[in-house]
Amino acid sequence: MTIRARVSGAFLAAALSTTAFHGAFAAEDTIKVGILHSLSGTMAISETTLKDAMLMLIDEQNKKGGLLGKKLEAVVVDPASDWPLFAEKARELISVDKVSAVFGCWTSVSRKSVLPVFEELNSILFYPVQYEGEESQRNVFYTGAAPNQQAIPAVDYLMENEEVERWVLAGTDYVYPRTTNKILEAYLISKGVKPEDIMINYTPFGHSDWQTIVSDVKKFGSAGKKTAVVSTINGDANVPFYKELANQGVKAEDIPVVAFSVGEEELAGLDTGPLVGHLAAWNYFQSVDNPANAEFIKTWKAYTKNDKRVTNDPMEAHYIGFNMWLKAVEKAGTTDTDAVLDAMVGISVPNLSGGYSTMMPNHHITKPVLIGEIQTDGQFETVWETPGLVVGDEWSDYLPDSKDLIADWRAPMSCGNFNVATGKCGGKGS
Amino acid sequence: MYRILRTVLMTLILWAAIPAAGLRAEEPLRDLVNALGTAKLSNMDEHIAALAKSGDPKIVPILEALGDGNLYVRKADGQVFLTHESGTALTLTDPLSGESVGEAPKSALSKIKVNNGVRRAVRAALGGLTLLSPDRNQRLKAAQSILQSPNADALPTIENALSAEKDAAIRTLLEQARATAILASDRPGDEKRQAVQTLKQNGGREALPILSAALGTADETLKPEIEAALASIEQTQALWAGGQNVWYGLSLGSVLLLAAIGLAITFGVMGIINMAHGEMVMLGAYTTFLVQEIVRTSFPGLFDWSLAIALPLAFLVTGAVGLAIERGVIRFLYGRPLETLLATWGISLILQQAVRSIFGPTNREVGNPSWMSGAFELGGLTITWNRLWIILFALTVFAGLLFLLKKTPMGLQMRAVTQNRRMASSMGIRTPVVDALTFALGSGIAGMAGVALSQIDNVSPNLGQGYIIDSFMVVVFGGVGNLWGTLVGAFSLGILNKFLEPYAGAVLGKILVLVLIILFIQKRPRGLFALKGRAVEA
Amino acid sequence: MITSFLIKSLDRTILVAVAILLALAVLVPALNLLTAPDHPLHVPTYLVSLFGKYLTYALLALALDLVWGFCGILSLGHAAFFALGGYAMGMYLMHQIGARGSYGNPLLPDFMVFLNWKELPWFWYGFDMFWFAALMVVLVPGLLAFVFGWFAFRSRVNGVYLSIITQAMTYALLLAFFRNDMGFGGNNGLTDFKDILGFNIQADGTRAALFAASALALAASLVITSGIVRSKLGKVLVALRDAESRTRFLGYRVEHMKLFAFTVSAMMAGIAGALYVPQVGIINPGEFEPGNSIEVVIWTAVGGRGTLIGPIIGAILVNGGKSIFTAAFPEFWLFALGGLFVLVTLLLPKGIVGTAQHYLARRRSYRAEAGSDKEPGLPAAEPMAAE
Repeated sequence: MTIRARVSGAFLAAALSTTAFHGAFAAEDTIKVGILHSLSGTMAISETTLKDAMLMLIDEQNKKGGLLGKKLEAVVVDPASDWPLFAEKARELISVDKVSAVFGCWTSVSRKSVLPVFEELNSILFYPVQYEGEESQRNVFYTGAAPNQQAIPAVDYLMENEEVERWVLAGTDYVYPRTTNKILEAYLISKGVKPEDIMINYTPFGHSDWQTIVSDVKKFGSAGKKTAVVSTINGDANVPFYKELANQGVKAEDIPVVAFSVGEEELAGLDTGPLVGHLAAWNYFQSVDNPANAEFIKTWKAYTKNDKRVTNDPMEAHYIGFNMWLKAVEKAGTTDTDAVLDAMVGISVPNLSGGYSTMMPNHHITKPVLIGEIQTDGQFETVWETPGLVVGDEWSDYLPDSKDLIADWRAPMSCGNFNVATGKCGGKGS
Repeated sequence: MYRILRTVLMTLILWAAIPAAGLRAEEPLRDLVNALGTAKLSNMDEHIAALAKSGDPKIVPILEALGDGNLYVRKADGQVFLTHESGTALTLTDPLSGESVGEAPKSALSKIKVNNGVRRAVRAALGGLTLLSPDRNQRLKAAQSILQSPNADALPTIENALSAEKDAAIRTLLEQARATAILASDRPGDEKRQAVQTLKQNGGREALPILSAALGTADETLKPEIEAALASIEQTQALWAGGQNVWYGLSLGSVLLLAAIGLAITFGVMGIINMAHGEMVMLGAYTTFLVQEIVRTSFPGLFDWSLAIALPLAFLVTGAVGLAIERGVIRFLYGRPLETLLATWGISLILQQAVRSIFGPTNREVGNPSWMSGAFELGGLTITWNRLWIILFALTVFAGLLFLLKKTPMGLQMRAVTQNRRMASSMGIRTPVVDALTFALGSGIAGMAGVALSQIDNVSPNLGQGYIIDSFMVVVFGGVGNLWGTLVGAFSLGILNKFLEPYAGAVLGKILVLVLIILFIQKRPRGLFALKGRAVEA
Repeated sequence: MITSFLIKSLDRTILVAVAILLALAVLVPALNLLTAPDHPLHVPTYLVSLFGKYLTYALLALALDLVWGFCGILSLGHAAFFALGGYAMGMYLMHQIGARGSYGNPLLPDFMVFLNWKELPWFWYGFDMFWFAALMVVLVPGLLAFVFGWFAFRSRVNGVYLSIITQAMTYALLLAFFRNDMGFGGNNGLTDFKDILGFNIQADGTRAALFAASALALAASLVITSGIVRSKLGKVLVALRDAESRTRFLGYRVEHMKLFAFTVSAMMAGIAGALYVPQVGIINPGEFEPGNSIEVVIWTAVGGRGTLIGPIIGAILVNGGKSIFTAAFPEFWLFALGGLFVLVTLLLPKGIVGTAQHYLARRRSYRAEAGSDKEPGLPAAEPMAAE
């Protein structure tokens, strides 16, 4: 293959050396796993950790003897937080490196960018981040939380335990906060919250001057009703946001902030002393106390040779996704995409929160929902958790156009947007 | 069953072990304390209220520990202890006697969980308990927390404290707290009317929620008064809001000024389109991080001084990096300003990736020293300490730089070289040395800005990227080559942005500012303060 | 007149470059479609798309070279015109999805459906027709450039001030397109395209056709730009680049000429964007990022500013390098890329082509001095051997 590529592309030398590079060193008896996480650019801050986590998982699996008697081989590329480059690199991983599955993406736009590629070349993507839902694709497994596995339980918690009546929905202006806030707004109104008790605010990416907004929140919170902030503010902007909260004296006891994008990794850049009591909703916290998690944290710290490295929810999602994939490949006896896709549904593996997660027919997984409060040591303490597991709901019940849709990738339905009202596959129909 | 038996047994043994009658009086209290260990989050507030009712000052440290998450229960016997961490073990203190009872491994104890509700209950209970404390600060804190959790039951306590209180600040708080409590109580209408007036006079924004809450339950005669009070407070608030916006604008302007001022030297004075400027800011922030790490591990007492230590170091580090860049790359590019853009862009990529490789891609924690934390009220304005210091710092740096450029021989040489290199050279100025020093100066100042910005923003490899465009806008808007222009440009853009933000939102506000800059440049193609003279046509 | 324009514009370098592009436009699709996948000369589809993308970048760099290399306007906002052209094409492609979106809404794109938009915003009308979209691909960037240039050049904004306000323009557009309220899909942009002109966008044939279209567009643009810079107008453009005031005092309407070049350049960038979008399958506000525009400047500088061929080579080399390095050295490729920029500016100040031309011209003038004086010492460059 290498020789052919070289000849055919005499004038296209550039890209071909990529082929040569990967092709020449790849021994034939490995199973390749693609890792598609940004290692540079704006998203490197979050995604690099996931690359390391995947390398560790693959390493551990190889120590256990690999898969189907072969060693696993990681193929790492850097899509550099450049969304079209994600598509290019996905194509390269699948058609040049011939990987069996890809673990990757963080932002919604990167996932949207690679979706057509996975569909066209029929490969498998594991997507580990909480996202807005409204999607179910045959070639993608969503191991992060859908809005009903994070946002809605968090709001329920605040309503019941903190008796919150007034809501600030603050987010970065992109699709995840927009959709989540739409769903939450509909949900809150269905629970009897008045529209004037909901304040929605959007800010640009990387917003760093939060003075006005924090003071607006304070003002909004001084109307005599218990107020809470539901934050879908994206990674980078959180540090200045929390610093401003702390400095303007917004205490968790008075106006709690519950965040969906702030995990252990983000808190590592903050002095959490003044933030104790602010909340986050996830499906996993590093502080979860059970043997599997303790083992995972130990391995992670040893692998990164850094005693201070923290674990977080998307890492757990990769842990679950990777183990599910291993099990499905073993079940199918091959890494062939179609066989693995069939084998995946119904696979159940232990998660790190002390239970089992199962791959559902809609390619989302079951997870517990945990609400945690920030502690002085930068960790979360679980103050509440769902009694059982929550099934990821890809098409929200609170949006008018998606409430009739379901996804079921088992034969004979095999459809990502089946309309139960019309009984047809393909959305709302006409 | 077993557990109950064990508890009973334990209690019996303890009973037998207690020798003196004096300790016997503690017994109900100890039961109450130990009950915290088995309480659920949902009924914890009842337990706290029960403890608070005892009125015993001994429970103050217990409640404080509970709020801070330092109260643990021993798994073996259900005894509750105050703890503090010592390595992997916990040092235990008896909650009532205050005596140390040795250490225990963490696994033998479990933490009593607290959430916001519990912390609120603790705060309210502590307020009532410490209201008569001899320590002024404690009383102040108590008065504040009482004010935050109004409760009609606390009324006698408040009135009791008010009669004994001499300190004016605390009295004001207590009077407000009393008014608040009265509104929540069933006292007669006259007293309530009085309370509304008190709140109207003393209360700022804090009075709003209290009054609006009271509005819901008040009877018809009181309602118009409350509404009038609300309206009057809101009116004053609206007036202050304008001032608050100016303050926010000044504070944003100071950040812009800090980010841009180094660029005003390297780009404005020297004409180098320095795309690596943001990375110099980032290096300054990372220097601060390193200094704080060392201070934390080796000299924890010096933490409040960490920024002061970091400032000169950041200047030296980034100055040295700047010097290296100038000597290694830029000196070959004088007279080709556009090509400096390419080279410095390349340098910025390298620096970013280098920092990412060394420190990792994630945010690093840079703490606020205590004198930069929190806020204070000035009339109706909320002024945060870190912003105040940053404004002062930005102005100081600006003044220092102005002095250096205008009043020192080195500044004279810098201006001479940048205005007419060949003439300066003929006059005996060693232009290469001056070039190198000027670039190092600009970079060093960017590094100092990084120290300040580390206080309000992420310390990550992307830090500089967020400021580079804004910095260029400020320098160009103000007029290239003019330090005063940078100052005025930074503050006017900051204030403009903050006045647009409440109406247009953060995103649209920023877009409008950019469009206004574009239009402004059409009007004044060389910025706010255009340089005049022959040097202009470069 | 057209023939004379053609003759004038085609010197040997350009002729060879155009010939190579035309050959590529035929050969690559043929090798991709007509040979079996295991044939030694087969070009995989992956490479067809990749190089199609490079060609659109090359077209963008060529457009920048027209304004930067020949009239000294350093635009730090050219990616904005590219992205606008891309959005116009993207809107057409979104319309082609029709009822095949997730929600099966025949009129509204998915992102509008789940954000509860009830009707199509007015500016989306018309884009269901290809001719209209194609017109907008040229008109929207052209109009923006015309209006922007009209104000800027008339006020005699130039040099670094002009560069910075072009950057402000692209930055403002970036923020605007990020806003979901704008109706362009916010941060996710437009994606999940299905058809173009009735052909499946993922089919090998369509990809090959898009590659050929990109090569042809680049060849045509090369002929046009070359024609412009070799015409009398082009000579004046160079004159105003080197001494604007002097040219103005000689009686030329400097603003009009700059405006003409700027607008033509923006239109070319728009076409590049329109060809780029179907090949990469997504257009989103990230394309407006100021860093992208700076990168275009860098491709042009690496290849050689003011040489027309140089920017094309620069764009292909830098992006090819990026493709290789991001896979081969994912952790360290930024060092390589950054180092490349520094080294090129230091060692090859005229870029690759400029340096080669300089070297060749010198050799020729030596030869001319030595004997035959057939050719004057004009720098009529050799075709590049870089391919």
